[in-house]
Order: sequence, then C-alpha cells, then structure tokens
Amino acid sequence: MEPILAPESIDLIALAPVIVLSVFAMMVLVLDLWGGRNKTLLVFISLVGLLMTAISAFAKHPLPAYSFNDSYIVDHLSLFFICIFTLSSALTILLSVEYNEREDIRAGEYYALILFCTVGMILLASSTDMIMIFLGIEIVSICLYVLTGIRRNDHRSNEAALKYFLLGAFATGFLLYGMTLVYGSTGSTNLFKIAEFIQNPSAQSNPLLLMGLVLLIIGLGFKVASAPFHMWAPDVYQGAPTPVTAFMAVGPKAAAFAAFFRVFAEAFPEMSPSWETLLSIIAVLSMFVGNLGAIMQTNIKRMLAFSSISHAGYILIAIIAKSSLGSSALLFYMLSYTFMTFGAFGIVIILGRKGEENLEIENYSGLAYKHPIIALSMTIFLLSLGGLPPFAGFVAKFYIFSAAIQEGLLTLVIIAVLNSAISFYYYLKVVVFMYMKESEAEFKISLTPMTLFVILIGVIGTINLGIFPNTIIALASH
Amino acid sequence: MELLIFYPLAGFCVVLALGVVLNNSPVGSAISLIGMMLGLAGIFVLQQAHFLAILQIIIYAGAIMVLFMFVIMLLNLKEGDDTGWIARERNLLLSVLTGLLAVGILYKISGILFTAEMDTPAILPDSFGTVATIGETLFTDFVLPFEVASILLLAAMVGAVVLAKTKLD
Amino acid sequence: MDWITEILNVTWNFIVLFLNENIPLVVGSVKAVIIAVAIMSVVPALVWLERRLMGRFQVRLGPNRVGPFGLGQPMADTVKLLFKESIIQSSADKFLFHLAPAVVVITAIAAFAVIPFGEPFEVFGQTIEMWGANVNSGILFVFAISGMGIYGMVLAGLSSNNKYSLMGGLRSSAQMISYELTLGLSALSIILLTGSLSLVDMVRAQETYPFILVQPLAFLLFFIAGIAETNRAPFDLPEAEQELVAGFHTEYTGMKFAMFFMGEYINMVTMSALVTLLFLGGWNAYGLPVWPIVSFAVKVFFLLCVFIWLRSTFPRIRYDRLMTFGWKILLPLCLLNLMVTSTVKVIWFP
Repeated sequence: MEPILAPESIDLIALAPVIVLSVFAMMVLVLDLWGGRNKTLLVFISLVGLLMTAISAFAKHPLPAYSFNDSYIVDHLSLFFICIFTLSSALTILLSVEYNEREDIRAGEYYALILFCTVGMILLASSTDMIMIFLGIEIVSICLYVLTGIRRNDHRSNEAALKYFLLGAFATGFLLYGMTLVYGSTGSTNLFKIAEFIQNPSAQSNPLLLMGLVLLIIGLGFKVASAPFHMWAPDVYQGAPTPVTAFMAVGPKAAAFAAFFRVFAEAFPEMSPSWETLLSIIAVLSMFVGNLGAIMQTNIKRMLAFSSISHAGYILIAIIAKSSLGSSALLFYMLSYTFMTFGAFGIVIILGRKGEENLEIENYSGLAYKHPIIALSMTIFLLSLGGLPPFAGFVAKFYIFSAAIQEGLLTLVIIAVLNSAISFYYYLKVVVFMYMKESEAEFKISLTPMTLFVILIGVIGTINLGIFPNTIIALASH
Repeated sequence: MELLIFYPLAGFCVVLALGVVLNNSPVGSAISLIGMMLGLAGIFVLQQAHFLAILQIIIYAGAIMVLFMFVIMLLNLKEGDDTGWIARERNLLLSVLTGLLAVGILYKISGILFTAEMDTPAILPDSFGTVATIGETLFTDFVLPFEVASILLLAAMVGAVVLAKTKLD
Repeated sequence: MDWITEILNVTWNFIVLFLNENIPLVVGSVKAVIIAVAIMSVVPALVWLERRLMGRFQVRLGPNRVGPFGLGQPMADTVKLLFKESIIQSSADKFLFHLAPAVVVITAIAAFAVIPFGEPFEVFGQTIEMWGANVNSGILFVFAISGMGIYGMVLAGLSSNNKYSLMGGLRSSAQMISYELTLGLSALSIILLTGSLSLVDMVRAQETYPFILVQPLAFLLFFIAGIAETNRAPFDLPEAEQELVAGFHTEYTGMKFAMFFMGEYINMVTMSALVTLLFLGGWNAYGLPVWPIVSFAVKVFFLLCVFIWLRSTFPRIRYDRLMTFGWKILLPLCLLNLMVTSTVKVIWFP
C-alpha cells in the first residue's frame, strides 16, 4: 500500500499557535491528576502555554500565508486577534486564581477549558472556511457553557449555564442552517471561493443565498450578544463566575467579531447593500437596548452585561464600514475594550465576597473614602468604557466613527454618539456612588496580589492606549 | 427501476417527517424520526453512497436517536402530561415563519425541477462513495476540520465530566 | 373457456419473460427466502440444543419425552405459544407494543443478510454467491442493523408501561451501547489487517491462517462483547429475574414473547457467524477434506455450544460491575490492541 500523499497545503508552522495551545491544554488536563488541591502548577503551565502560543503565532513569514486548501490563513488581522485572545485568556487565568479559591471552584479542568476555548477563538479568527468557522464557534461555545456552570452548587450559575446552552444550541442551529443554504447556493464553503462565485450578479439575487445570509447574521449575532438576540447575556453574565464573565465579554466576543468580519467582509463584499442595512438595524438596536437597559440595573454585573451589548453595537459599525480602516478600528477597539473590561471586572472581584455577593451598585457607595486608589481605577475604567477623552475608550470610538464617516455612514455615527452620551448616565452613577455617598457597611476587601496585578495592567493599558495610541494603531492598520 | 424505489421511499420519508412534527407523544415523534432517517439512508443507497448510508444508520438512527429515547425514558413522559409538547404546535409566529421558509424552498426547488435536465445522470467513478475514497478525502483535503473536531469532542467530553461527576476532589 | 386459457397463456409468457430478464432478481429473492427460512428454523433446534446441553451440564436429563431425544419438544412449545392468548394490558401503547417484537426479529434476520458462508459457485451458467448481499462494507452493515435492534428492547420497555419493563429496557440499551464500542473497536483491528470492510474479503485474507492466531486479544474482546450484545448469560441483566421479573418483556405473552427469544437466538447465530468469519477463518478448512460450508457450519456450531456452555457456567454479573468492566477494562484493552496492531502494521508491513 502506498502512503497517501499529503497535499502541499498542510502547513504546520502556520498552525503552530493552535497546536501549541492544544498540547498545553491537554498537558494541563493530565497534570491535574497529580496536583491535588494545589493548582499553582496548572496556572503556571497555562500562562506559559499562552505565552508560547503568542510567540509561535509570529513564526510564519511572509504574511498573509494560506494553508490547508485556503481554509486557514495567517495575516495581520489573525495575528492581532491571537494577541488579544492570549492576553485576555492570561488575564482571566490571573483573575481566577484567587477567585476560585474563594468560591471553592476546585476543578482543575477550569484552566484546561479556558485554554481549549482559546484554541477555538484562534481557529475562529484564522479560518476562511465555513466548516472551520463552525467548528471554532462550537469549541468556544461548549467551553463557555461549561465554564458558566462550573459553580455547580450555585443555582444562578446552573440556571445561567442551562439558559446559555439551550439558546446557544438554538443559535448554532441557525448558523449551521445559514451555512448550509450558502453552501447550497454557492457550491463552496470556502470564503474566497464564495466571494469569487458572488462576482456574478445573477448569483446575488438567489433567495436561498439571501436567506442563508440572514440566518448567518442571526447565528453570529447571538454569539456576539447583539440586540434582538441578546436575551441570554444579562442572566449569563450575572450567573457565571466573575472571571469567566470578563472572559466572555472580551475573548469569545472578539473571536465572534473576527468571524463576522471574515464572513461578511471577505466572502460577501459584493453583496454589501443587502447585509449592511440589516447589520445597521442590529447595531442601532444593540446600542439602544444596551444603554437603556443598563440604566435600570442595580447589579453591577448585569449593568456591565448591558454595557457589553451596547459595545457590540459600536463594534458592528466597524464591520459595516468594512474598509481597511474599519478592520483596524475593530482591532484597536477590541484591544482597548480588553483592558477596560478586565480592569472593571477585576475590581468587581475584589469587592465581591464568597458566594458572589456584594455586587449591587449600592455596595460601592463611599468606596472612594476607604480605598481611594481602587475607586480611582474603577472610575478610569468606567469613563473609558463610556468614551471620555484621555482614555483608550475615546480613541477607540473616535477611530470607529471616523472609519464610518469615511464610508458615509453619518446617521449611524450620530446615533452612536447620542448613545455614548446616554451611557455616561449609568457609568457615572457608579462613580457618584463611590465618591458622593456615605458608606453603609465596612468594606472587606481582599487585596489579592494577582487580581491587583490585572487591575494594574488594565489601568496602564487604558491610559497608555488613550494617550499614545499611535504604535498600536500602526500595528493594527497593516 | 430506480424511480420505482425512489418515490415510495421519498414519500415514506415525507410522511414520517410530518409524523415527527404532528405526533403528540414524544415517543411517537422519536420513532418517526428514526424511520425518517432510515428512509434517508435508503435514498443515499440509491445515490450510490453506500458508506454514507450505513453511517447515517449507525450515527443518526443508531447512536443519536438512542440517546433521545434514553432521555424520553428517563423523563417517562406520558400522553396528557403537561410538558409543553403540545403548546409548541400552537405557536403562530413560528408556524408562519417556518411555513414561509418551507414554501420559499419548495418554490426554489420547483424552479430547478422545471428547468434542469433530469434525465442525464452524472457518471460516477467506480470508487465513488467507498470507504477508501471518503477516508482519503478526510485525511487530505479535510484533515484540519477532522483534527479540530477531535479537539471539540475532547473539550465537550471534559466539560460533561466536570459538570456531571458526583464528587469533586 | 378460451379466454381463460388465453389469459393464463399470456400471464405464463409474461412470467417466463420476466424471469428470463431478471435472473439476478429471482436468484436474490430465492436466496433471501432460503436464508430467512433457514435462520428461523434454526431457532427451535437451538432451543432444543440449549435445553439438552444445559440438562447435561447440570447433571439432569433435559427434555426427552416428546419424540426421539425430545426433538419434538420445540414443536410442542411453538404450537403452545401460537395458541396462547395474547394479552395486552390496557395501559400499554398498542402500536409500539406490537412494533417492539417485530423490530427485534426483523433486525436480527436482516443482519444475517450480509453474512457469507462460502465461495460462489456456478449452476446452470449462473454464478450463485453464498451470501444474501455483498455490501462492500458488510461488517458495518451488521453493526448498523444490530444497533437498530436496541430499539426493539427500548420500545418494549417504554410501551409496556411497567416499571420493571422500563428498567429492563434502560439497562439493555445502556449495556448494548457500551459493548458496541468494544465490539466495533476489536473488529477494527481485523479491518486493519485485511484493509477491507467486506466480510468476504476478510475470509479470503485468512486463507493461510486464521486471524485468531495473530489477534487472540481481539478475539477474546470481540467474543465477550458479542455475548453482551446478544444479552446472553452472564450478561443477561436486562432479564435478571431476581431484580426485574423478566426485564423488558415482562408484559409480553404468547407469540410476541416468543419473538423476543427468536431475536435473541438469531442474534446468537449471527454473532457466532461473525466470530467465525473474522477470527476463525470462515469457510476455510485448512487442508481438511470437507466442503467449505461444512467447515463454516461446524465452527458456528462449536461457538454456539460455547455460548450455552458459558451460560451454564457463570453466575450473572452485577450491573455496575458490568458497566465498569465494559468501560474500564474492555475498552482500554481494545484501544491498546488497536494501537499495537496499527503500529506493527505500519512499521513492519507497510
């Protein structure tokens, strides 16, 4: 029997980050057998693995490199996203160490699942084939379902996991059906081949293809928690362990946006009139639902959940803009969003107590008098999330808006600016509680070193990106 | 001759597919679904895809549906239990939406039926649908999705164990 | 009267013409009927054999009154079962209750369709093959169809509306799913050796030596899993009478009850035939001057006797032990065997 010939396109160097991270994830899984209760080794290995992944991502030259029959791509977009993913996963793991101890989460699989989830995100950002995108989304989603429900003795965690799982599975069904219809009407799952096929104007008016596009938008829209498909987000964000919530708000969301960008900007640029309108409606709805919903929340995690819905709206504008400026705006936004979100959630963890308590906004009153530095960092994160000038959030929003204006999306930009103004109401509400109310109870803050380290990274990142955005913008705009 | 088998088989599939939706006991729906999948396997055989047909039976009709039956058995649903099984059928919005989708697809298919030339079957190579061909494609063109699927399964398995095991150390 | 002759003539001509043009179809149908009848008539004989042998094993006589050596006993039993009243309790789901035994028997017979028992030979210019159908992935077909057989038990358990039946159905399906893995994985090493999924090719690959010599572990695993798949003692937990009365067929009476047993015995024959084909060289006689089909039949008969022997030797295993045994011992051994086989094949016989 002669050996089966491997096609030239099998390129393991291009795939290096995926392989490295998978190996490390399995290593964590196996090492957990001997570690007992002490998870320090697992944390260390996971962090090393993430670092190695980020380094190995740069092994491929020159860019862009296509491999596996054009179903896997290494380009600047995917490299930048891999950096965001590894950063967010590393920050999540750092946040988790002390949190898990406090909340009695003893499953060592926790870290392995985060790594597997990261593998899925990397695949999502670098795949140019719908089969691969689907697999990536499924890896990410399944890991998240489990991570959400990992506090098994907590009702809210169970409820959140079940809700997330049921709705997520349903959304996956939509996504898959959409992919099937697109495949059926274009004859390929490869994004480049689809783009080629669509050059033909008669192919564009195929109703099955349009139906497929709508279903794709629904499926992906669910995964990024945009407005008509956002129902799961507040409950899941509240029920999940706080580090996982932070992770969910950043990593998987960024990955889903990467897939969004790949599918719509690379496969269907010719059909932009048909999906632009739909995405604009979703973006506007997300901004309004997110911002108006956040105003009414009293729980800080729910508030941040709604705020993340509204941010999904802003980011969608970058995708609608779809120019190279749009893609770099997307990248910059995701990076600055990573810093702000992890910082904010880090403070939520510090102030929280065992059993996920102390999460009402009222509990923050008078924080500034007892712990001025923490209150100050929280203020920085919230103002940056709102988009106030010296911080990263402002530059990111500015960048997206200018990309949109360049494409002539003036109405969208006006709505977005209006929404930013609305969002200040609830961001400032927390600040007001911290600075202008008397504290009712003693603060029992567990100033744990790793969480503080994450907050420090968050502060530095937020301010640095806000004041000196040029290096990152230069990197992002390749 | 082929059509003589195809039409009854296809009719069988459609009837059972309707049976899945219209049946008001979960067991009945599940049985219809199994029958539908077997019919589909028969159609695959007609299309010379023997291996696919057998996989369809083993994986869908065999493995997946057994799990469905397991769930039904463990829940032990009876007719008349208020389980929401009936309520689902009366959701107007969903009915209209799926109906529209079905009509749209039927319309599209009828368009193909009337324009395409039906009596020129594609000439298939001898190796079509054999295990060797499928295996070769799977390990060359689709090697990446194949391997990635194993990561997905591993993650899912680990997740299931984490959520379900009785005692955490 | 002329018109009657006319019609008869035309019909006769049509039939002759049809038969001439469709010889493969006719041969196939005849073969199907022969196989189905043969396999069903083996069942009473097997029941007799089992009862006689069990009697000997337990130092008693077994049935010996009806006919010589008690050979009339299965007949008498069949007649009795046919005339028994078929009771369906009012709370049962009628349709599923009737469907369940049918599924068991149909799948059992269908699985036998792809079992070959000899090389093809020529009669009247026609090549007659000694198998019902040569599906190019025959072994997968057997697994697929026997997987369908689970539904018979599941449905019986569900539709009876009886907690013992339900428990029996649950147990049997769980057991069969678990052991199917072992069955498939141990067969996979044989597939690796022959490079084909066709049962005929597998037998042809064993012309010089049977695979049991190179794959003793796989043989053992396959046989154990096969016993569990057919729900035979010591793995007959679905019917453990101390705990479950009679498992999933508690509520069945008369012929429907008998059909479950028919299914079980046919599965036993299929499993013995599979073991023969995969590990014992099928119809290859290795130099002994016997017809291929006799060689095949003798091997199957021997295995059937082993089945009965095991039943009278081992006590029933406990349910959790059964699952532990399947998942923690058999499955890893299978994987190990598969790994060694493929490594050896790749390194020494590329």
